[in-house]
Amino acid sequence: MRMMADMIAHKMSVTVAFIILASGLSSHAQESHVGSLVGNAKHGKALYQRYCIFCHGPEGDGNGESAPYLDPKPRDFTKATFKCRSTPSGDLPLDSDLYDTITRGVHASGMPSWRPLLRQERADLVAYIKTFSPRFQEEPPVAPVQIPPEPPTSAESVKRGSQLFQSMNCGLCHGKEGRGNGPSAATLTDTRGYPIRPFDLTSGTRLKCGDSDSGIFRDLTTGLDGTPMPSFASALKPDQIWDLVHYIATLRAAAKLADRR
Amino acid sequence: MRISDTKTRYVSLAIITVLAVVGSGRWLANAAADTSAPSVSGVVKFEGTAPKPSQINMSSDPNCKSNSPMTDDVVVGANGSLEGVVVYVADGLGDRTFQPPAQPAVLEQKGCQYRPHVIALQANQKLNVVNSDATTHNIHPSPANNRESNTIQPPGVPLELSFAREEIAIPVKCNVHPWMRGYIAVFKHPFFAVTGKDGSFELKDLPPGTYTITAWHGKLGTQSQKVTVSAGQSQKLDFAFKQ
Repeated sequence: MRMMADMIAHKMSVTVAFIILASGLSSHAQESHVGSLVGNAKHGKALYQRYCIFCHGPEGDGNGESAPYLDPKPRDFTKATFKCRSTPSGDLPLDSDLYDTITRGVHASGMPSWRPLLRQERADLVAYIKTFSPRFQEEPPVAPVQIPPEPPTSAESVKRGSQLFQSMNCGLCHGKEGRGNGPSAATLTDTRGYPIRPFDLTSGTRLKCGDSDSGIFRDLTTGLDGTPMPSFASALKPDQIWDLVHYIATLRAAAKLADRR
Repeated sequence: MRISDTKTRYVSLAIITVLAVVGSGRWLANAAADTSAPSVSGVVKFEGTAPKPSQINMSSDPNCKSNSPMTDDVVVGANGSLEGVVVYVADGLGDRTFQPPAQPAVLEQKGCQYRPHVIALQANQKLNVVNSDATTHNIHPSPANNRESNTIQPPGVPLELSFAREEIAIPVKCNVHPWMRGYIAVFKHPFFAVTGKDGSFELKDLPPGTYTITAWHGKLGTQSQKVTVSAGQSQKLDFAFKQ
């Protein structure tokens, strides 16, 4: 009798352990990890339906009620293609990339900064956004691109950057002087077929994925997926990318000086 | 009577001999054909007046050197042969699986155009992208069922791509040279061909069976036909596209 009770207890504990393990596995895909924060998709869903659904839509496909009035269009989460990433071209973003975009907002678009939300709430939103595409469950997370320490800027570095700006054909889209008016500018579309403007580097406005030098280094390395902006990772050495960053900084500084005058 | 008997005997002997020779000949022919896997081959034509290619204005980049560059989205040759049509087995292979070949496919950027305009390869086969121009390109495939990537490629720098899933066909473009358009067709099997100047194609070494053969053109759409092949019994199949 005792033995039987033991056996039943053992069987039950195995079953319980299995259920815990299984639910742990399935909920792992419904989680996000940003620093020490663990986001929960169930909580994220409630927040999404309150804050995000009007633009990004109930299905997460970017077809919310306000979408027809927005340019650029809200992101289609089902495609899992994101501009602002720290991962190579074509790869999924890190949870922290999505968290940063929610926090920062996307300049020159309808996407505001959601800094007023709690950090935990932003992490919950990341967990829920990831449920719209099966890619987040199919593809293992990839390592972010390396950003080596920035060498000091110099006249030589800026000059090399200016030459790279020409030889890499940046000017065909961004314009010879970086004004966003290159000969190919008017032909550009995003991957959904909507017209998209190359960034006017002299406008002095904020960049979509963050304004720091290391942020520009990262954008040049990863490219902005879903847009015509390519990745320079395989074409340039890190030092050359820093040269480009330093040259772009001079275009932007000129605009800021002109503003002040 | 006797004579006629003998005659009958000779005649029947002759008939038997002829039958035996013919029979063994046929048997031999069958035995030889059994070893050769069937193929489906034919020609793709364009019916009606072919659209005239127009000159591409490449003046935005003086490094795009090409003698009178012409649009290549519909290329019709002599006798109406249609170039750049992907002909492939769309159905009939069941659950057979195929390994990608070790040999990479090669897509060249030359004269600021894609050469070839339409390329076909197997899923997970390597695609070597070559920049033979004196200018920088970006290579930007926009797949529906594969991973998007967008890479800048200065002259002479190697680039390797691959696509994991079947997709017919992935549009590829160069954003800095907006006239540059091409297609990459990806298959999970090796039974595909892209028509050249003469519009001809051949799908070789098919397992015997009934197949849906589809012809795909980037501008002119798709057409399908059913065909049955058995060992030693290759089939001819032609397609005709209209504007």
